[in-house]
Amino acid sequence: MLFFTRWKAAAILLTALVVCLCAVPNFFSEDVIRHWPSWAQRHIVLGLDLQGGSHLLLEVDSAAVRKEQLQAINDDVLRVLRQARIPFTGRAIRGNGVEVRITRDTDLETALAKLRELSQPLSGFAGSTGQRTITVNESGGVITLIPTDPAITERVRQAVDQSIQIIERRVNELGLVEPTIQREGTDRILVQVPGLQDPSRLKEILGKTAKLDFRMVDVSMTPEQAEQSRPADSEILPGERGEKYLIEKRVLVSGADLVDAQPGFDQRTNEPVVNFRFNSAGARKFAEVTQANVGKPFAIILDNKVISAPVIREPILGGSGQISGNFTVQSANDLAILLRAGALPAPLTVIEERTVGPGLGQDSINAGERAAYVGATLVLIFMLATYGLFGVFANIAVAINVAMIFGVLSLLGATLTLPGIAGIVLTVGIAVDSNVLIYERIREEVRAGRSAINAIDAGFSRALATILDSNITTFIAAAVLFYIGTGPVRGFAVTLGIGIITTLFTAFTLTRLIVAYWVRMWRPRVVPI
Amino acid sequence: MRLLRIVPDDTKFDFMRFRRISFPISAMLSIAAIALYFFHGLNFGIDFIGGTLIEVQTKAGPADLGRMRSTIGSLQLGDFQLQQFGAPNDVLIRISQQPGGDEAQQAAVQKVRTALGDEVEYRRVEVVGPSVSTELLAYGTIGLVLAIVAILIYLWFRFEWQFALGAMIANVHDIVLTVGFMSLTRVDFDLTSIAALLTILGYSLNDTVVIYDRIREMLRRYKRMSMPELLNASVNATLSRSIVTHVTVAMSLLALLLFGGQAIHSFTATMMFGVVLVGTYTSVFIASPILIYLGVGRGRSGGADEPEAPPSAPAAASASAARPTSPPRARVRR
Repeated sequence: MLFFTRWKAAAILLTALVVCLCAVPNFFSEDVIRHWPSWAQRHIVLGLDLQGGSHLLLEVDSAAVRKEQLQAINDDVLRVLRQARIPFTGRAIRGNGVEVRITRDTDLETALAKLRELSQPLSGFAGSTGQRTITVNESGGVITLIPTDPAITERVRQAVDQSIQIIERRVNELGLVEPTIQREGTDRILVQVPGLQDPSRLKEILGKTAKLDFRMVDVSMTPEQAEQSRPADSEILPGERGEKYLIEKRVLVSGADLVDAQPGFDQRTNEPVVNFRFNSAGARKFAEVTQANVGKPFAIILDNKVISAPVIREPILGGSGQISGNFTVQSANDLAILLRAGALPAPLTVIEERTVGPGLGQDSINAGERAAYVGATLVLIFMLATYGLFGVFANIAVAINVAMIFGVLSLLGATLTLPGIAGIVLTVGIAVDSNVLIYERIREEVRAGRSAINAIDAGFSRALATILDSNITTFIAAAVLFYIGTGPVRGFAVTLGIGIITTLFTAFTLTRLIVAYWVRMWRPRVVPI
Repeated sequence: MRLLRIVPDDTKFDFMRFRRISFPISAMLSIAAIALYFFHGLNFGIDFIGGTLIEVQTKAGPADLGRMRSTIGSLQLGDFQLQQFGAPNDVLIRISQQPGGDEAQQAAVQKVRTALGDEVEYRRVEVVGPSVSTELLAYGTIGLVLAIVAILIYLWFRFEWQFALGAMIANVHDIVLTVGFMSLTRVDFDLTSIAALLTILGYSLNDTVVIYDRIREMLRRYKRMSMPELLNASVNATLSRSIVTHVTVAMSLLALLLFGGQAIHSFTATMMFGVVLVGTYTSVFIASPILIYLGVGRGRSGGADEPEAPPSAPAAASASAARPTSPPRARVRR
């Protein structure tokens, strides 16, 4: 137990040194570290509860994604059957599928074949998974098309990926520093913005789908009359102040064709407005519409609300225009941001929000530091008093242990939270335990009659098995906590887990090494314990 | 140099004698704790029942709780709680979950922000919607159960089944009493509390394993010693280590409790109770004697064992260990 080859000793010391050095970048500010090579830049990231900031968990509305999928299938069925010139009736979305009745039985075979083509194979990681996107069934002349579950999951996943890109654009436009935007689970997105105090504006911007449509106002009847007669091609949409508009369902130009949007001021009224520009396809469509409908009102609709319904005074051929309405400077700017970043494929809801102000963040850091210093000092003094010289050895081992914890955390780029600091303080208590086990065993061996060196040797060999057993049980608890925890709690599990590993390392190697060298140099007859 | 000796060498307390008292007491305490859980309830935090938590600091002097209460009350947000949190101008506002899903929670926060306006600084805002809170509660409970099962399997692997069962009973008892403590003191029960419970579990097992390890060693060495005597010897042998370790952990926790700030106060208080008070008690007075009841070491006559050579090193003895030459049981003068 006390025998170390020179190689072994060197390896142990080198490992400890390297890991401790990994903690060095934490002592320098960002500006200094930037010039170092990238492998030397890894450092601990402060959790939001220590540096202040906002944590938002957004959920993609899967029901909306499903609805859009069904709508797309619905449109596709119309297109396919019209092209094949197959008469049909009763095409509608019913339940979780699209139904259509084929008028002539003779057409059933062809209709089925054509509609089956709509279903595409789904590919997984290694090529086709053998699953398809739509199940097409037929009974009694009625064909039903139901999107398969894997297809829906795939669409939701795509919606999340798309949403992440759009969120990134929106967040960047807001000029926020270093946001973290990542997928969580199948249908959730985590947005973490350090330093953000009031996430209200962020939530507003992320909460808007920002789907922009340009459609004609239906002037054939008033909205009240439409409520009674329910025309098939128009629908009633609210305006900004609750007034009702009757708008045609057909979308003439959509926001997807916008290439730029900028806030500005109206030349005449000096009101805040949003100036927009279409791409060439959009410009062409816009020109056609405005040429054909001079003198009629058209509606600009954002997320199913009419924000403006001006009358077309003259054809707009240049592909650019202006949206004016009840805008403030801020809301015009926000709308421009939303239009530039693009529309979200599905609405996002904030299901969890945690914001910590910088005051609390700094207080937490201070409290954590204070507790750590006081706790460490108390423990060190106690060890010194109880075990004397060997207490000094234990203290050295524990100090290196803590440095190694910081080293590993830096290497992993892990997040340090306030419970994480508590985890480190606790680890100091646990780390001391391994040394105590060894020393108490040595004392016992001495009392039972062994010579000094034999007692030390036996103490180590007997105690190490116990140390392993007891630490593994705490490690299991930490591992479970890591999987079920989020945020700050996960930070605690990480530091506790890493602390146990480093404790095992130092107990098995460093403490033994220090004692072994002391024995070799002083050749004691009596163990001063 | 005179070293600190909290526990004198060669203590010979008869711990096992107390098992006739300790078991009934523990049973009663456990029942009391369970009753507290069902009737007094736990103060579930927003992590598990959803809702909004806002910590504010009034900018101008100590907070006027009464006025803030009426301001927020007029917002018609349902159940809410206001309490001082540490410093006199620190206020914690808890608003229960609003009907209407996740959007309603957001709307509620906006209302509070507008109502309180500029006179407060927002230290912390946490909003947990219904979907997330049910998940966290499920994960938390599953996590606890999973940890207990995983550790049970590990102990079964390393020791015999009676040891694994004994440890599990002792540690579930720990958790039950700690939950009772949390119910009594109405500390906030949220994710960090689950963290505390899991840590207490791991830590208390740490203790139990050390004693079990010693018991196993003694069982191999002394084939005839009666169980109560053997268990006593084991506990006495490990007593010094237990006390020292518990003192060091208690010191770390004390530092956290006194200086760690309000944010982790409930966490450290729970840990203190679980690890220091309950953990020690159960390892000595429950986990050890329970082995007798589980049938470990049946058929021990209680006779004296042959005098033996001093404890031999285990099979994997290192080459440098010299043969012990001193006679057995000789005391070394210091």
